[in-house]
Amino acid sequence: MRTVAALGRSGLEIFWFVLGCFRLFLDFLYWLLIGPLRGFRVRLHETARQAVRMGVNSIPIVFLVNFFVGVTLAVTVADILRIFGAIEYTASVMGVGFWRELSPLLTAIIMSGFAGASLAAEIGTMKVGEELMALEASALNPIRFLCVPRLLAVIVMVPIVTLLGNVFGIYGGYLVYYSMLDLTWAQFYDKMLDAMKVKDVWVGGMKSAIFGGIVGLVGLAQGLQVSGGAEGVGRATTNAVVYSIILIIVADCIMTVVLYF
Amino acid sequence: MGAKGTSGVDRDSQFKKGDVIVRCRDVRMSYDGRPILKGVNLEVRKGETLVIMGGSGHGKSTMLRLMIGAEKPDSGTVELFGQDITKLSEQELYPIKKRFGVLFQSGALYNSMTVGENIALPLREHTDLDEKIISIIIKLKLELVGLRDFEHLVPSQLSGGMKKRVGLARAIALDPEIIFYDEPGAGLDPVMLAVIDELIMGLGEKLGVASIVVTHEMQSAFRIADRMVLMHGGLVLAEGTPEQIRTTTDPVVQQFIQGKAEGPIPLRLSSRDFAEDLLGG
Repeated sequence: MRTVAALGRSGLEIFWFVLGCFRLFLDFLYWLLIGPLRGFRVRLHETARQAVRMGVNSIPIVFLVNFFVGVTLAVTVADILRIFGAIEYTASVMGVGFWRELSPLLTAIIMSGFAGASLAAEIGTMKVGEELMALEASALNPIRFLCVPRLLAVIVMVPIVTLLGNVFGIYGGYLVYYSMLDLTWAQFYDKMLDAMKVKDVWVGGMKSAIFGGIVGLVGLAQGLQVSGGAEGVGRATTNAVVYSIILIIVADCIMTVVLYF
Repeated sequence: MGAKGTSGVDRDSQFKKGDVIVRCRDVRMSYDGRPILKGVNLEVRKGETLVIMGGSGHGKSTMLRLMIGAEKPDSGTVELFGQDITKLSEQELYPIKKRFGVLFQSGALYNSMTVGENIALPLREHTDLDEKIISIIIKLKLELVGLRDFEHLVPSQLSGGMKKRVGLARAIALDPEIIFYDEPGAGLDPVMLAVIDELIMGLGEKLGVASIVVTHEMQSAFRIADRMVLMHGGLVLAEGTPEQIRTTTDPVVQQFIQGKAEGPIPLRLSSRDFAEDLLGG
């Protein structure tokens, strides 16, 4: 009974939190689209700085993870496809798998640790240090000033990094393919494109943009609701990662079912 | 230095020295059903330094947050420059916020920016001033707080006292008409405290700035105040000039300003009987 109550409580907690993220998103849209019409400019320079901080700096780890998952997946799939004498279809699986599913998901999960956690910690520390109140007292809205550039940067950078993740993962798969079958990159590429549809590409792109939005919103919302000093910042950072991974996987499942089932 | 205010009000003509620029009437506020403010009335005149004293948890910080528009009271009015800010939306409040500065308890410097950028931020965001002029203003404001050589340092390289002085330089960047100070003396050594006090008094005398200072540093409170109020239990218990407060016979006021442990202010805040609590009753 106690477990059920605890489950219900944490379910409710996540529900309220998601609602809070949604409100933050509406605020974001206001300051992005309507704010500039009223003379509140979007800080593009800061957006670029954040894009470098969160996007560019994460490329090495995105490379590592996607590359190794690419190798692992290729070996596993080739092992099964060999039974059916269809080993060359490994390329198809790699293409569809990475574009549609793996790279968006893996990259978003990496970004939740890389960008989401750092957003929560940064904004949370600013809240604890009265910096957010100081901004408000100087007639600067923290959502416009801090959240819009950061969220914009994540939403733009996650798809770009995901695209790189595709390249790294598929290249890892190709190396396996090459060592088994001694086929050229051109042959691999043709096989891959045979199985892929244009839909896979835009679905992958759309997914990664939505995942980027989730990572950014969850990180920022966790940071904004920090209370109670260093401990609160720590909790927010952990929650940012945990909540964004949960929400990313749920969103991924919903989108995949809706678009392909 | 024309602030890009949308209020369209000519600053100097509207309020003369001695005019009331902050007026709080019957302000009530509670958190989670616990009343913090129970009908507070306050007035501050142009050029005047008002010190708000009171024990922790007696509502003085809440009062400050209400006056800077960070929170809204449950009832009552808070007027700044003749406008009731409790009725204004966030964006309607901006022109008013540009006319006051706040020095937060920790200084609240933006840690990702240098000292100079901290001071430049309100100027860059709210005025059309040229970068050259902004850099001159930064130097002027830093000179005023005695930290002109520190422009390129980041806040983590500064001591607590220096952070407060930079925070003050930032608060006066837009040449405000009111400055709010939240515990300006907390965590400072006596010399630094005297330096900050001199700055507060200097701003009042030289620039005609009204200051509202929340503090419980008695020595500094009596040094800087034109008028003082003592808040107790969510109400203004005593109000007057430093001399009037010093000579009042109210036992609570006397206990507070003399800092005595014994007196009418209870040490223990629990309502249950001690013995009963121990016995688990």
